[in-house]
Amino acid sequence: MSIFVDENTKVVVQGLTGGQGRFHGLRNRDYGTQVVAGVTPGKGGTDVDGVPVYDSVAEAVAATGADASFVVVPPKGAPKAIIEAAEAGIRFIVCITEGIPAQDEALFYNTLRRDYPDARLLGPNCPGVISPGKCNIGITSGDIALPGGPVGIVSRSGTLTYQALHELSQQGVGQTTCVGIGGDPVPGTNFIDCLAEFERDPDTKAVMMIGEIGGSEEERAAEFIAAEMTKPVVAYIAGVTAPPGRKMGHAGAIISGTSGTAQAKMEALSAAGVTVAKNPTEAGERMVEVVKNLA
Amino acid sequence: MDLYEYQGKQYFARFGIPTSPGAVADTVDDAVAQATAIGFPVVVKAQVKVGGRGKAGGIKLAADEDEVRAAAASILGLDIKGHVVRRLWIERSSDIEREYYASFTLDRPAKLHLCMVSARGGVDIEEVAATEPEAIVRAHVDPVDGLTLETAAAIVERAGLDEAARRQAAELLVALYRCYTEGDCDLAEINPLILTTDGRVHALDAKVTLDDNAAFRHPEWEEYAGTETSDERERLAKERGLNYIGLSGSVGIIANGAGLAMSTLDVVNQAGGAAANFLDIGGGANADVMAAALEVINTDKEVKAILVNVFGGITRCDEVAKGIVEALERVDLRSPIVLRLDGTNAEAGRAILTEHVSERLIVEDTMLGAAARAVALAGGNK
Repeated sequence: MSIFVDENTKVVVQGLTGGQGRFHGLRNRDYGTQVVAGVTPGKGGTDVDGVPVYDSVAEAVAATGADASFVVVPPKGAPKAIIEAAEAGIRFIVCITEGIPAQDEALFYNTLRRDYPDARLLGPNCPGVISPGKCNIGITSGDIALPGGPVGIVSRSGTLTYQALHELSQQGVGQTTCVGIGGDPVPGTNFIDCLAEFERDPDTKAVMMIGEIGGSEEERAAEFIAAEMTKPVVAYIAGVTAPPGRKMGHAGAIISGTSGTAQAKMEALSAAGVTVAKNPTEAGERMVEVVKNLA
Repeated sequence: MDLYEYQGKQYFARFGIPTSPGAVADTVDDAVAQATAIGFPVVVKAQVKVGGRGKAGGIKLAADEDEVRAAAASILGLDIKGHVVRRLWIERSSDIEREYYASFTLDRPAKLHLCMVSARGGVDIEEVAATEPEAIVRAHVDPVDGLTLETAAAIVERAGLDEAARRQAAELLVALYRCYTEGDCDLAEINPLILTTDGRVHALDAKVTLDDNAAFRHPEWEEYAGTETSDERERLAKERGLNYIGLSGSVGIIANGAGLAMSTLDVVNQAGGAAANFLDIGGGANADVMAAALEVINTDKEVKAILVNVFGGITRCDEVAKGIVEALERVDLRSPIVLRLDGTNAEAGRAILTEHVSERLIVEDTMLGAAARAVALAGGNK
């Protein structure tokens, strides 16, 4: 099993005819993902390397039965694309677009919450989701992931997500699903959503969580873990040495006052019974020990 | 991007938020001329992006020309917490009856806008927030609904603003919400928002942080571009489109991805060193980007070793390796490079570098190994 996506997931790529869309969309297909359609207004009837392109998501869904969307559209058009996917009945929307204004994010998040409560948005500004051996939606390189579980990964960072996958795969520890939630101000899916899914998934036996400075999502995740989770969690928080008050690339990674510091997050997670590592390599090593003890 | 007070007030004016009449001055003579045009008494205010200006002597009242001259002379060039004052804002002095507080920002956990209003504004607002949190009214605004005048009026009433100020304050709150949303602010804050003795409500200060991601729909933000940063390294990096933050250690850092870059700072620290900077080159680490990154780090005299930490996902390590080789030909580096490459095509990347490896270019297999090596080359201790 896996969470959010599996071998039956049918993906429509919004922006498939663009440079990025074509590159990532076809890579995802080459990985084995069912990439069934592309959407670019005005380019309906054409195809990208055999993947049929439609003018709208609704047409793509009607023709192919797509149930997930991969939004690879520039910041200006991404909000409209996300809402269009939800309107067409898509339940799982992955948006990798970087640089969407926070006001737009707040608006489409709340529009989805109100009008399309069954639709889940992952991102924006995230690496996507991969259930190794089954489905890869996003920009993660499939060859660094190892199928078979038993570890679920959830991460706020892009390259650190790859680092986490790499650390585990190198040690022969496979993953059920790896979710990159992204570091933007209004993420469609947060740590708790993923932790809850991993807790429910019978094949996921342990969870690795990669957080970073800023905000209070990690602290809230710690509360959830203490109250709801039976499965072991290993965590790493990036940014222990980051200077306070500086924005380090991710719009979400801003420290204000003492809340949101790496130290505060690590303490909250430790108190919730989470094994906290001081760097990604150590997190991998701790997880190897956890997995050994599962058997 | 944080705006100076004067820029914030000019931004407020676009949305009809009342402020005191005022003007910018960069010299003492200019200050005198502007003050005379505005009409005495005036307030002379240092334009720096740091709090505590008043206590540092950066805000002065002036009743006539001589006083403006003296005030401007003492404030220009003043060092306020490391920020040197180069510009003044001169505005008409207000007779203050009451000081309030109003702001809009995003409540991230709730994923809704947060409006905060208090009848206890002024210099001690942070103390009020800490000791009497109930004195600050917090109200969520759903961006789908927006903020109506009725809701704004209810918030203002709940905050206990004086009767005489309520209607104007509610209207101002709606304008501030428009400034925050349509103006793409991360933060729009007024402290103090004042009621004057003659019954007018207006913004006496402006704290505006713009969302850089929205720059594509705000061509008018161009004018703020040149006034942004004081760190020479950061200015240079910005020119080259790099995400760089200057720090004070001796190990220069280049990594792809903000998370990995932050993590690299951490492991350098754990290895007993200190980073000279944060630099995220993002996804496309080609030769140009790598050369630009190395150039910026090369200007930092404190740097004794450079740690390049790249995890290839979509970025292929062989491309990164080619980039580094090319960059080395273009940039005459003062410090040795320690390189760690992992991920997509890492083997091919390392193969490309084999013939270039020397005591100036060292390749390490792991992130921790690379950090330890770079710290050792930089002299070990922080």
